[in-house]
Amino acid sequence: MLRLIKYILLDIIQNRMVIGYTLFLLAVSLGLFSLNDDPTKGLVSLLNIALIVTPLVSIVFSTIHFYNSSEFIEMMAAQPLRRSLIVRAEFWSLSLALVTAVVIGMGIPIALYASTSTGLALLAVTVVLTVVFVSLAMYASVRTRDKAKGIGGVLLLWFLFALLYDAFVLLFMFMFSDYPLEKAVLAMVALNPIDLARVTVLLQLDMAALMGYTGALFREFLGTVNGIIFASAVLTVWSAVPVVAAVNVFNRKDL
Amino acid sequence: MKQLNLYLLYAWLIFLPEILPATVWMVGHDKPLSSVSEALEKATNGDTIYVYAGYYTEGNLQVNKSVVLTGVGFPVLDGQKQCEILTVNSSHVTISGFDVRNSGQMSTIDLAGIKVLSSSFVVVENNRVRDCNFGIYLSNTTDCIVRNNDVRGVLKEEQNCGNGVHIWKGERHLVANNYLSGHRDGIYFEFVTDSEIRNNNSEVNMRYGLHFMFSHNDHYHHNRFYNNGAGVAVMYSRQVKMTENRFSHNWGSSAYGILLKDITDSHIWKNVFDSNSAGVYMEGASRIILEQNEFLENGWALRIQASCDANTVRLNNFRGNSFDVSTNGHLVLNSFSQNYWDRYEGYDLNKDGTGDVPFRPVSLFAVVVERMPYGIMLMRSFMVYLLDKAEKLIPSLTPEQLMDEKPAMSPLENGLNLYQEPQMAADSMHPASGAVPIQIQ
Repeated sequence: MLRLIKYILLDIIQNRMVIGYTLFLLAVSLGLFSLNDDPTKGLVSLLNIALIVTPLVSIVFSTIHFYNSSEFIEMMAAQPLRRSLIVRAEFWSLSLALVTAVVIGMGIPIALYASTSTGLALLAVTVVLTVVFVSLAMYASVRTRDKAKGIGGVLLLWFLFALLYDAFVLLFMFMFSDYPLEKAVLAMVALNPIDLARVTVLLQLDMAALMGYTGALFREFLGTVNGIIFASAVLTVWSAVPVVAAVNVFNRKDL
Repeated sequence: MKQLNLYLLYAWLIFLPEILPATVWMVGHDKPLSSVSEALEKATNGDTIYVYAGYYTEGNLQVNKSVVLTGVGFPVLDGQKQCEILTVNSSHVTISGFDVRNSGQMSTIDLAGIKVLSSSFVVVENNRVRDCNFGIYLSNTTDCIVRNNDVRGVLKEEQNCGNGVHIWKGERHLVANNYLSGHRDGIYFEFVTDSEIRNNNSEVNMRYGLHFMFSHNDHYHHNRFYNNGAGVAVMYSRQVKMTENRFSHNWGSSAYGILLKDITDSHIWKNVFDSNSAGVYMEGASRIILEQNEFLENGWALRIQASCDANTVRLNNFRGNSFDVSTNGHLVLNSFSQNYWDRYEGYDLNKDGTGDVPFRPVSLFAVVVERMPYGIMLMRSFMVYLLDKAEKLIPSLTPEQLMDEKPAMSPLENGLNLYQEPQMAADSMHPASGAVPIQIQ
């Protein structure tokens, strides 16, 4: 497995895309921090990058990489190796590469300008989101044989989590605004990894506004140890389930 | 001749206090008197009583004469949680330099550290008040001064706790340079008119830093209200001036920098509101001018309910707030002009310092959250950002008329001159000498 991960990682680095992504994150983060006098404002702007760009890059890059290494995967499948090992190795090496990019590209500027609990929360959340979207990419690319269709599906998934989901929540809130929806909305938010990530950082950022009644409910739920355990559990499920499903599909797949 | 006689009479009247010998009484363990109550009994109007450092547990002390009661080296008057400590029933009394502690607590009577009842011209200054139910309590008084006191309570349940400085029904009072903490309300004003509250520091009180009701024509300025349960409430009053105060870190589901309820004809000028759940919350407020204030990093900078009218919001700076303005109706009867909004994205072609396109400070999301508080969970979502942008172009849900026609392009220099740390009670208070002929008893 380790040897497999090593080969895949070498391949990823040769591709230079990840290095470009690292430099992009580094440039954007440094730029945002030096544009704003207040590091908290820099973090707010960076939050948008973390919630929109990181998932997009993670999911699209992983899918493209998986399709591009289809010959390598076929060759590996011909070796006396368990099939699940191949998918798992792909997942781990892609996660490792992209997480490293995030840690260098965002971690260094955060450490320099905003090494607060908010900064740390933002970095942690971005790392987790990266893993979740690599995992989703694994499932999507194993499911479809056609590359264009796969990438299209993956873009749709990103669009769903990053934009549509919140629109649905908003619609839901308007439709059922006569009912006490606090807990329902809380549950809906907790089920989308991007929303959950956003809320985790928000709890650190917009304290004043969130301290209202709902904010209090929110903090009670997500601010406590139980809440953190719950959030971590949800995010772990989101990063594990797609890749496990991908392994299952791949095991029975006609290559 | 007759006139000369009259003049002589006047002169005699004027110099009478100088001629009459005022007595000075000394209380202390090596002094002629050993108890404060004894001195209060023997003294007559116009006398001075010096109480030297020591520990006095004499229960309730009634001051029924116009005396100057001065503590030297902070003598401790301990109520041992049994009773009220100093009760003033006479006008022209000065109480200074005492360490008053441990008043009792009753549900029927408001027991206080220092209480002044139905009197005038009473001065309470340079005292320390510790762990009293009410700190300094004035009831039905006029022309009193409460200054340089350091009043600290211990936090317990709101219903079992009194206020730091409590004034009920009065005129022409001055409350200045006090430090107030750990009480229900730091300063409580009810039916108090023509008074001034300045340079006080009121923090970590359970309910309000300043609680203000039915009190007209008052001016409070250069105060600091920090981290109080619900901020500051100014209610059912008119002609109140609130200037150059700082309201900060009042966090909670119903915490405000200032809560303005049924206030009219008031002026809020050059204050700083920072890190409050809501900077200013207005309900039923009319003809208020809010100008040259600084709103920094509040949850909501300004919440104006639809019941407010004819208010003017101008020349303020709005920076780093989660929401700038929110309201619960469509009708707009208030005017906004020449404020600086950090969210403003307009341009200034003629370079006159004001933007050429109006700014609408109420965002769609603010409207959503006003209607559905749990909507806050979508805050900073990209979707919400897009909807806000669309709404800015074509307002439909947000009140169309609520806008700043000429927003400032850059932050305004409001020349804020805020609260300064008050000079706390000096440690040694020594008998003044001279003027009065001293007769030691």
